[in-house]
Parts: sequence; C-alpha cells; structure tokens
Amino acid sequence: MGDTMTSPALLDVAGITQRFDVSKPWLQRLIAGDPIRVLRAIDDVSFSIAPGTTLSLVGESGCGKSTMARLAVGLYTPSEGSIRFAGQDLSAARAQPALRRRMNMIFQDPYASLNPRWLVTDIVAEPIRQFRLAQGKAAIRARVGALLTQVGLTAADGDKYPHEFSGGQRQRISIARALASEPDFLVCDEPTSALDVSVQAQILNLMKDLQRRLGLTYLFISHNLAVVRHMSDRLGVMYLGRIVELGAAETILRTPRHPYTRLLLDAIPDLDHIGRARTPVGGEVPSPIAPPPGCSFHPRCPLANDRCRQEKPRYTVVDGVQIACHAVEEGR
Amino acid sequence: MTPLLEVTDLTVEFPTRRGTLRALDQVSFSIGAGEVLGVVGESGAGKSLTGAAIIGLLQPPGRIAGGTIRLEGERIDTLPPDRLRRIRGRRIGTIFQDPLTTLNPLYTIGRQLTETMRTHLPISESEARDRAIGWLDQVGIPAAAHRIDAYPHEFSGGMRQRVVIALALCAEPRLVVADEPTTALDVSVQAQIITLLKRLTRDHGTAVMLITHDMGVIAETADRVAVMYAGRIAEIGPVSDVIRNPAHPYSRGLMDSIPSMAHRAERLRQIDGAMPRLNAIPAGCAFNPRCPSVFDRCRSDRPVLLPAGNGQAACWLHG
Repeated sequence: MGDTMTSPALLDVAGITQRFDVSKPWLQRLIAGDPIRVLRAIDDVSFSIAPGTTLSLVGESGCGKSTMARLAVGLYTPSEGSIRFAGQDLSAARAQPALRRRMNMIFQDPYASLNPRWLVTDIVAEPIRQFRLAQGKAAIRARVGALLTQVGLTAADGDKYPHEFSGGQRQRISIARALASEPDFLVCDEPTSALDVSVQAQILNLMKDLQRRLGLTYLFISHNLAVVRHMSDRLGVMYLGRIVELGAAETILRTPRHPYTRLLLDAIPDLDHIGRARTPVGGEVPSPIAPPPGCSFHPRCPLANDRCRQEKPRYTVVDGVQIACHAVEEGR
Repeated sequence: MTPLLEVTDLTVEFPTRRGTLRALDQVSFSIGAGEVLGVVGESGAGKSLTGAAIIGLLQPPGRIAGGTIRLEGERIDTLPPDRLRRIRGRRIGTIFQDPLTTLNPLYTIGRQLTETMRTHLPISESEARDRAIGWLDQVGIPAAAHRIDAYPHEFSGGMRQRVVIALALCAEPRLVVADEPTTALDVSVQAQIITLLKRLTRDHGTAVMLITHDMGVIAETADRVAVMYAGRIAEIGPVSDVIRNPAHPYSRGLMDSIPSMAHRAERLRQIDGAMPRLNAIPAGCAFNPRCPSVFDRCRSDRPVLLPAGNGQAACWLHG
C-alpha cells in the first residue's frame, strides 16, 4: 500500500491533542503558589491507516508515541480532535462489542502483561469468553489450542503458567491473546524491545505472517528504526508530541528530509558502519511541560533561524511525504 | 608481551538446592593495552557475569570455580576483598547500565569524584577538585565549575552517564569494564555517549571491555569482538571479520537476525528455538540443537576455540 489511499481508512486520527494535568496537589499548590501545570503529550496529530497495512510511529522516550498507542485503542479520550475507527467515532465504537472486539493491543513487557496466577489457557480464553465468541468449555479449549498453534506454541502449552516460558514465548502468548477476539486492528507498543535480537526476528516474522494471513492492520510503536523499516508501509516520526514527518516508510528512510529524522537515522549504530567516526548532534529532548516555542526541535536543529524560533511549522508535502519544517518549506 | 588482561578457563558456578549451575564454562580471552573488546550475546549468555567476575563483584552464591584472571601479569581472582577494592577504581574502572544506581544520590557529583580520586591517587583536596572540574569538562558537562556542586538528580539521564564515565576514568585506570553503558539511553544520546567513551579511552590509552547486546554499538566501537553463548565463548576475532564473515553458525544466525537499515528483506532470517537454560545445556556444543550445520561430533564433543580466519571459533566446522 503506497501513500495514496484508495480504500477508506480503518483508523482515522484527526487533529487530536492529549493534555495531562501534572500539577502538584492542590494544598501544596496553594501554599507554594505554584501554577497549574499541563503536559501536552500529543499536540495536534493527524494520520490514518488503511486496512491491511502497517503505520509505525517512531521517536525517543517522551515523544508521545505510547500515549498515541493508548489513544488509538481508546484507553484515553483525547482532549481535542477525533479518532474514528471503521467509520465510527472511537468512543462510540468501543461501546459496541461488535466493534470493540475488532481492536486489541500487544504490550512491550511480556513479563508484566500476563497474569502470573492464570494458566495460559485462561489468559488466551478471556477475550473469547468476554465477547462470547465460542460457547462451552470444549469449544473454548479448541479455539485456544488453535490460537496457540497459530503463534508457534502447542495446544499443550495452555496448561502451563507464564513463568514457565521464555520472554519470546510469552510474547507469543500475548499475541495469541490479542488475536483471540478476532480483531482486524492491533496496536503494538514496542512488542520486541524487551527481547533478544534472535527472538525479535522470530516475533517480527510471526507478526508479518499473521498480517498477511489474517489481513491485520497494525499501528506499530517503536524506537528502533531498523525494526520499523522492516515492518512498515507508512511511517510517522514523532518529536515532543508532534508528528514531524509522515509518509511512505521507504521514502522517508531513503531520503529523510526533516532535520530530526536525519539526526535519528544518523545516530543509529549500524553493522554497516564498522569503526565509524561521527560527530553526534548535541542536546537532549526538552521537557514536554515547557516545550520550546515555534518549532520544538529548533534548539537542536542545525538549520534553525528566527522563524523556527517563533512560528510553529505547518506541513509541506514533498514526494508524498508531509514534513513540518520551515527549512524544508523554504528550501534552505 | 603480556596482555593487559588475561582470562584463562574462567568458570563460574552457582550452587543451588537442585545442584550446581555452571554459568560460565572455561571462558578464555585477553585484552591488550588500549584495546576495545566488545562482548556480545543474548540475555543469560554470561556476558555481564564475565565482567562481574573480573571486577570481583560476583553476587553470592556465585563463585569462581576454576580458571585465572590476570591483570598486567598479576593474578587478581584470588586476592582478598580489600586488596581487590584497591584495584577496582584504581586500575579497573566500571560503567554500568543505569547511572542513577551508580551515583550516590546523597552526595554532590564533585564529592563523589574527589573522593574517588583521593582514595586512589596521592593528591590534595584542592588538586582533586581542580581535576574533577577538568574531568566534567572533558565529558562535556557545560559550566563544569558551577555544576560540580550539583546532585545526581539535577542531571538528565545522558548527563548522568557522562558523570559516571568521568567517575570511571578519573583515577586513570588501565581498563574500563562497561556493562551496557548506553542501553538505558535514547539513540541520539547513545551516539553522544559512545563517541565520548571512544575519544576519552583513546586519549588516555585505556582498554575497554564493552559488554552489550547491541551489535551496532559494537560495530562502531570495538576492535575485537567475543560472541558468547550459554556461558561459553562461541567466537572471538576482529570486529569486521565477526560481523561481515562470522565463523560460528551462532554468530552468523545472530548477524542475520538483525534488521538492517541498508536493505529491507521480506522476512528476517531467524534462529529457531532459544538459548538453553543453565540446567539443560546439551552435551557437546551448546548450540547443536539449533545449529543448521550440526553433525555427529557436535552432539558428543565440546568444541574448543579453534583458529578460524583471523579469529577463533568454538566450532567443529573448523576442526
């Protein structure tokens, strides 16, 4: 799937903003005279995902990608803007079991996301029971067995507890659970970053196989650009709650245009650069509580000028890719 | 010439109620003066344990059950704890993954630096403070003379790791053991820290044992690489050989499973299965159940490190 979307989007995110109140407690604020402090985790973000494709969001810690993941499945209600799933408003969609079961989530930590006191069968069967997708013990067991086989485990693994499995196998259980409600949309928040590389390869291959076989749509969240490149059709690069570059993954990774995307790509240690001598860009991601005015990347940007310090950049479209950068717009 | 660090047949065991677990099994390697040796492997392969054994910080009940560790020709694995403490800090510096747990939250970073230097070097308090400011300046802390009296919590993660590097290098050790020094950091900060570590150790002629699971970091930083698997060294050799032309089937599988930025494959090549647990390491080569090139001898005889290309591999394919 390229940049032009022929079919209607499965997920459509339009101008959403997510604010969190991170003020100190009321009494403390009263005594110390502190103001109310608001963290803008997501700032005017729009994107859409066509059925059967993968959109990835990348960025460093604190850029808002995990908040976006939670918003996309309705775990948060956005402060502003709208999210539509299969043509319906997300909060309305979540109220209907028929639509609610079509979205699910895979989390980063396979140790924390599985209940250690439950048998694997019960973990995987929970969504089946919840949505009444199979009736009777035998039917549920058969379905769980099929799901476990689908993710590369065996039906007999259902009679074990999560602690009896390795990290990679646990992530397979998480995937089986996510598939149990027969969804077509999965939000994957750093699904392999807790895993070793050889296991990561197994899980990424499994996810791609499942996507092809079941026609799944993924919103894939990661900080690892090489993983993202492997998985994505489209890519959004996030910085301080905004998407700074959005478009076809191949195009962005081949010709990154936003200075931050270029910084990220340049910063990755790669096997093809043995003994590379580099001049890394200085600075770190500023606090999202008090982001810099104008373009929030300007304090670290080699191309910044006065306009960048004052005016928030709008999107410029180059080669089908949206880029929020004054320098790109002016051809600097 | 004797190497700076020479580890021979190092074996570490953990006695448990169900028998003894051998976590490191006859690990041998050496590091030359000023050399960067990368140690890679998956979780549980024994890379951090090797580092901990060298600096004498094995967590009980883990113990060295065999082998020797020599620093500049002197045996250090049998030294009493107080003698070893003099070596740690003075001749071997350490950098750990999490700078927050390395730094003492109750002392200013200046005090931690001067205390470290005065413990190991015959210098006065004011001299130590001057040098501490110099070190903070070298590791890229802006306004070092002012920031020296700040506490660790006043620094960001990347800045804290810079302080930890200053702390590891300030007594001018000959060797630094760096265990996942950039894993807790974001990529753009990671690039800064790697560059810094490379530059400072080169300027001061310090050797580095760089333990990480990130092959990209190794590729950019190390001179030689040791690949560990199930408590053993599978392959050791020059970095370009191990990455471009690995001699051990495990290292080959590991390199192939890393998604590349340069080209996109429809499927990643994967090594099926997982590393064995310590209580279930198979006879012969520990990798044999997962190895695509396995033959009879691999199931019965354990391979020793054999010459392979410019390095060595513990694989009967080279026997």
